[in-house]
Amino acid sequence: MKPILEARHINKFFRKPVLFHVLKDINFTINKGEFTSIMGKSGCGKSTLLYILSTMDTDYEGELSLNQQLITGAERKELSHIRNKYIGFVFQFHYLLPEFSVLENVILPAKKLGEKSAEEIISDGHDKLKILNIDHLAKKRASQISGGEKQRVAIARALINNPAIIMGDEPTGNLDSYNADNVFNIFRQLSDEENLSLLVVTHDEDFAKQTDRIITMGDGRIIS
Amino acid sequence: MVNWKLILSIAKTHLLTKVKQTSIAALGVTFGIGAYITLVCFMTGLNTMLDNLILNQTPHIHIYNEIKPSKTQPIDLYDELQNSLNIVHSVKPKITQKKIHNALPIMDYLTNNENVMAVLPQIETQIFYIAGSIEIGGNITGIDPIAEATHFNLNNNIIEGSAEDLNVTDNSIILGVGIADRMSLKVGDRVQLSPLDGGLFPLKIVGIFQSGIADIDAIQSFTNIKTIQQILGKPKNYITDINVKLTDIKNAPEMAKQIEKQFDLRAIDIQTANAQFETGTTIRNLITYAVSITLLIVAGFGIYNILNMLIYEKMNDIAILKATGFSGRDVKLIFMSQAMIIGFLGGVLGLLIGLGLTSFIGTLPFNTEALPTIETYPINLNPLFFVIGFSFAMISTFLAGYLPSKRAEKIDPVKIIRGQ
Repeated sequence: MKPILEARHINKFFRKPVLFHVLKDINFTINKGEFTSIMGKSGCGKSTLLYILSTMDTDYEGELSLNQQLITGAERKELSHIRNKYIGFVFQFHYLLPEFSVLENVILPAKKLGEKSAEEIISDGHDKLKILNIDHLAKKRASQISGGEKQRVAIARALINNPAIIMGDEPTGNLDSYNADNVFNIFRQLSDEENLSLLVVTHDEDFAKQTDRIITMGDGRIIS
Repeated sequence: MVNWKLILSIAKTHLLTKVKQTSIAALGVTFGIGAYITLVCFMTGLNTMLDNLILNQTPHIHIYNEIKPSKTQPIDLYDELQNSLNIVHSVKPKITQKKIHNALPIMDYLTNNENVMAVLPQIETQIFYIAGSIEIGGNITGIDPIAEATHFNLNNNIIEGSAEDLNVTDNSIILGVGIADRMSLKVGDRVQLSPLDGGLFPLKIVGIFQSGIADIDAIQSFTNIKTIQQILGKPKNYITDINVKLTDIKNAPEMAKQIEKQFDLRAIDIQTANAQFETGTTIRNLITYAVSITLLIVAGFGIYNILNMLIYEKMNDIAILKATGFSGRDVKLIFMSQAMIIGFLGGVLGLLIGLGLTSFIGTLPFNTEALPTIETYPINLNPLFFVIGFSFAMISTFLAGYLPSKRAEKIDPVKIIRGQ
């Protein structure tokens, strides 16, 4: 098994309003093709951990490796590139850019990456939308589609650059059970069929139970 | 590496979905630039006209023989009284000839100077105009009509006839409009001239002259230099005034001083003669620029405000862009390019509006006694003003866009995403 993401001795402090030790010596590894969920009570630091793993938060102690390469201490510009190429995101609330069409939203990260021609990127975009069964929405404005559809578009966007890992911060938290199941099934399918690695923070126990592995957190530590 | 195509397409989408705000921001620039162009073209047009009114008709150096009391009295030369206080009462000037001694060699000398563009001789004298039983006192100036027309725009003030007519017709005169009115004379009529020491010379009127200053128009007339020499019974070297036009007006004071010293004549430079005039021009320019810059600064604040609001509204988008791999610099450039697009469109439109307004002003009738040849408002469509206006539009939008864009660059996506 090839490790995709490795966290070693991660410590994080909040300095405001008072000094607070949020994450205490976090160590774990996520392997290629693994579908992992992180669970824990509110305020236990699971989202904080996710944003450190996502490279967006650089204010921590310890070491983080992606694809067996150390990314701790890299420059912001490089981190942007890593996020762009190797990490896909699905958030709870933050879906899409409302002024752009669904297709444009999906292909924006690929355009930023700039490794393919415009035609290739557009056809990739349609492919990803087809995987999620929403190709018929491609031309619609992102502000005109439903919440469940938006979340699927967001997943398509996360997939566009064929990332090494997809991270989700309660991706089903804001959806009804039908759409939540739908999103879970998509993740499951991506994990099984495409051998994609997934790391999802969730409150939903049913969701977590169906993943390959559950990391439970409490008081800033990994409990199990 | 910056993907400009992508950044500009995002900027374009943002602007197009906010057409109303975008156009208001752009209109701010448009009005600023439009007003600047209109003001500056109109004001400098007026300034140039007023400058020309004085400068082009005034010799850069005027040389003449001034009658004045001698500064040194014989007693000052007496060594034995050198250290005492000598007071001479009632000093009177000595009668000297009016003509410039050795005028022709002096003119030759000046013509050979490389700073000199033209040297024009004149003869000024008092005269009586006689038509029928009416007799009016006045001045007549003998001139070289063609040279006066080329170098001092004489034709601008001739409302009937031309300087060329004066040149080709023997014993002809161009009469001031005031004299012509008072004596009911018109072009083609004859007027008799009588110099102070007697005699009567009939001259044919070939033109009417209007300087715009009524007092001058009521007494002044022009004739050929040869004619006046005949009337006065003087030889060909009789010249009372020499007017010099320089290639660079800045050399005038220095050269005037030098001429005074060298030839013992009075030489007055244009700066001394029209000192207060420069001040007026400078102040008018100052007002023009102060008003224009104020307008552009107001427009700049408008852009600053609108971009700030836009970035506040787009916090989520900025967070998403950053999360999906756009760097802070990309985000900054997205908003900077929006500001620059607003500045560019507003600026170009402003230039067009300025051009339109200025051209419109240029067609408005403007009749003034002082300038018989000018019929519409003077405007100065100098391309430099358009370059300055456009640069100012770009610079002010750059500054107005920079601070909000810098803020967008610094936005921490984690804070935004976790904040909800």
